[in-house]
Amino acid sequence: MELKPIELEPIELKAKVPAGPIEQKWDRHRFDMKLVNPANKRKHNIIMVGSGLAGGSAAASLAELGYNVQCFCYQDSPRRAHSIAAQGGINAAKNYRNDGDSIYRLFYDTVKGGDFRAREANVYRLAQVSVNIIDQCVAQGVPFAREYSGLLDNRSFGGAQVSRTFYARGQTGQQLLLGAYQALARQIDLGKVQMFPRTEMLDLVVVDGRARGIVVRDLVTGKIKSYSADAVVLGTGGYANVFYLSTNAKNSNATAIWRAYKRGAAFANPCFTQIHPTCIPVSGDYQSKLTLMSESLRNDGRIWVPLQKGDKRRPNDIPHPERDYYLERRYPSFGNLVPRDVASRAAKEVCDEGRGVGESGLGVYLDFADAIKRLGENQIREKYGNLFEMYERITAENPYQIPMRIYPALHYTMGGLWVDYNLMSTITGLFVIGEANFSDHGANRLGASALMQGLADGYFILPYTIGDYIATEKPEKVGVDDPAFHQAEGRIADLTKKLLAIRGKRTVDSIHQELGKLLWDYCGMVRNEKGLKYALGKVPEIREEFWKNANVVGAGDELNQALEKAGRVADFLELAELMCLDALDRNESCGAHFREEFETPDGEALRDDENYCYVSAWEYKGDGERPAMHKEPLSFEYVHLTQRSYK
Amino acid sequence: MKLTLHIWRQKNAEARGSLVKYDLDGVNPDMSFLEMLDVLNWNLIDNGEEPVAFDHDCREGICGSCCMMIDGVAHGPQPATATCQLHMRHFKDGDTVCIEPWRSRAFPVIKDLVVDRSAFDRIVQAGGYISVSTGSAPEANATLVPKQDADLSMDAAACIGCGACVAACPNGSAALFTSAKIAHLGLLPQGQPEREHRVLGMVAAMDAEGFGNCTMHRECEAVCPKEISTGFIARMNREYLRASLGAGK
Repeated sequence: MELKPIELEPIELKAKVPAGPIEQKWDRHRFDMKLVNPANKRKHNIIMVGSGLAGGSAAASLAELGYNVQCFCYQDSPRRAHSIAAQGGINAAKNYRNDGDSIYRLFYDTVKGGDFRAREANVYRLAQVSVNIIDQCVAQGVPFAREYSGLLDNRSFGGAQVSRTFYARGQTGQQLLLGAYQALARQIDLGKVQMFPRTEMLDLVVVDGRARGIVVRDLVTGKIKSYSADAVVLGTGGYANVFYLSTNAKNSNATAIWRAYKRGAAFANPCFTQIHPTCIPVSGDYQSKLTLMSESLRNDGRIWVPLQKGDKRRPNDIPHPERDYYLERRYPSFGNLVPRDVASRAAKEVCDEGRGVGESGLGVYLDFADAIKRLGENQIREKYGNLFEMYERITAENPYQIPMRIYPALHYTMGGLWVDYNLMSTITGLFVIGEANFSDHGANRLGASALMQGLADGYFILPYTIGDYIATEKPEKVGVDDPAFHQAEGRIADLTKKLLAIRGKRTVDSIHQELGKLLWDYCGMVRNEKGLKYALGKVPEIREEFWKNANVVGAGDELNQALEKAGRVADFLELAELMCLDALDRNESCGAHFREEFETPDGEALRDDENYCYVSAWEYKGDGERPAMHKEPLSFEYVHLTQRSYK
Repeated sequence: MKLTLHIWRQKNAEARGSLVKYDLDGVNPDMSFLEMLDVLNWNLIDNGEEPVAFDHDCREGICGSCCMMIDGVAHGPQPATATCQLHMRHFKDGDTVCIEPWRSRAFPVIKDLVVDRSAFDRIVQAGGYISVSTGSAPEANATLVPKQDADLSMDAAACIGCGACVAACPNGSAALFTSAKIAHLGLLPQGQPEREHRVLGMVAAMDAEGFGNCTMHRECEAVCPKEISTGFIARMNREYLRASLGAGK
């Protein structure tokens, strides 16, 4: 079959933020949006890719409204999406603690925590619907922690001075996901959702400028198939696995969003990648992934390193005066609870000074001795028991007796596909929700806010905005017999053949490790112009190595995990370049993006609001072509631009 | 460390499988069990052989993807530990380790160590939920839940759906999995209106999927990575009896 080149529509960024005071924008917009007649909803099909907190909740909610939903996930069950691994909690502005929280404060904290690189109106809406999320989850049977009175318990969480975090032991993500999964199961039973597990989206099909379907690979049979719909939604998570080592699940990938990017969806702020300060340090070259220790540990644990370089004594043998509680010293008012980016960089600095602990010297202590003295071992066990067990299982050290060793690791990506206020990408009819979009966290996400955003998008925002799209645009039916689907299937079949034909000498993992190391060194916690330029030269070399020398064994028409991995790594090898480009373009430091050239005299991130107060949205221009950058200017009417300070 | 591995290889659902022997050198005690298999797979790929297929994802013991019989024990020798959290320090240099997929009629093998556990999803679809459509929830603190009920509910809700309980059971029963969901929802005030419907529906689905009956061997509890108690099975049986006798009608 001869393949037509893909024609891309020129991109235009229209944020579509409604007019009016910020607290009224969403309410007004909900009234202004058009409704789909209940009897007509069943005539519309919606494709949902991903079944995590965002995708699962959206698929269930859309089906409850009456739409026909087809939901796809690569896992063997929607219950296994990576949202399940979130430990600490979910924020909501309930103010149950009477400690001064409010929707406005959650909004303020999120904008400020994101270092002023998020869209104010979106963040305000997120804070508004946060309270509905808790109501919804409790009604679904999520067993949140309770007081003896039977009321919901709260705790404070990384970077917040109020207790607004709801939690279910150290398994909050699991319990929220099971809530969404059960709502989804109910709709599957009712026949409103058709579920496709072990199925991976490999291409987006755009017909007449509108997203009309996807091409997938059945991961068991290897069959390439097409599905068409009136709208396509991606809730496929983040791309932290581009770094090879991250806290993401091993199979988390960027393929869905990356291929949508190559069909015309702008990719926003790709360089905003979050490093989580409390992970278990790397132990060897065989390391396949990193394990996070919930940041809630920072509520009671104290972080320190030895005062002296190269102090090899056991931690319990180092007396207090010879310890440096560096976060408490540098940030007296926030102490160990400073935001993730600040805590991560501080850990890197003390390790770079040679004061890191553990065999590799890449680690700092997180010490519970004082908390155990204050509260007793039982209370600590009650709060963090499962985390302590997990730590001991991995490291064979007992954290009740010896301080934990932690080090920062890649954890979350604030960047993602650009979306407007309605969560629609630059491709008409393609919606993007949860971590896969870029919208609410700016340059740095606060703890316990990812679960909130995923569920806000899925339960309370997308179900409205997608209805408005369908009612306004009235998309005509397009079937999978449209030539665009045949073309896309042909491309995917060719790509599969090409991957299987390389038959080189290196494992895909070894090439991925090389890429990950490069990004960690030059586009990780700290970046600079020279390093980024070096990485930009190096990524294409690694990519070339992959296409010449990777060894992808097995066949295309069977369950082939090596082939799945190779396709995902091929996309990471392209995405990495865009991340470096974006990091190089942004000549400022903000949030998780820290450029060494731009720091305050005391080593904090120095923003340049005059020149960089925008969202960078990159447009694909063809393989080997430089992508075009579009800017969505950001204005801050409510939370005034200030230098973040946690001193 | 040096290990001799006997691993179940099976090309697809229809093919006959067999145990294949592999010698693996250079195993580090700090590796996880799955990292040990990664290293084996790198070696296999370098030799142009197909890597061993196995399900895995989060590698933090929470997604429930990984599922292996290790020397005849679901998830291996370490109690309360999923395969991904099992570390090689629990093995000795020179050990022979046998690795097989879950063995159960209701979990057919797809390839090598990968099995089809979709029967679990269908059990949940038969009533393992609370019917509350988005938007219809009352204020969260309007309903009080006694802390001990919430805690016990959470103990049951901790199930990761890995299927070790079924794999370990001589009858291939899914009673622990099913009862954990029934208890999680049934212990909460929010779960009361559908209490009878839930237990009747889920037990019927469990039987229809071809899982065996529970005869209280308690092998499931012994291998459960989340230490779910068989007390929940007793609770399910009570709930089932209660619903069968027409409670709530």
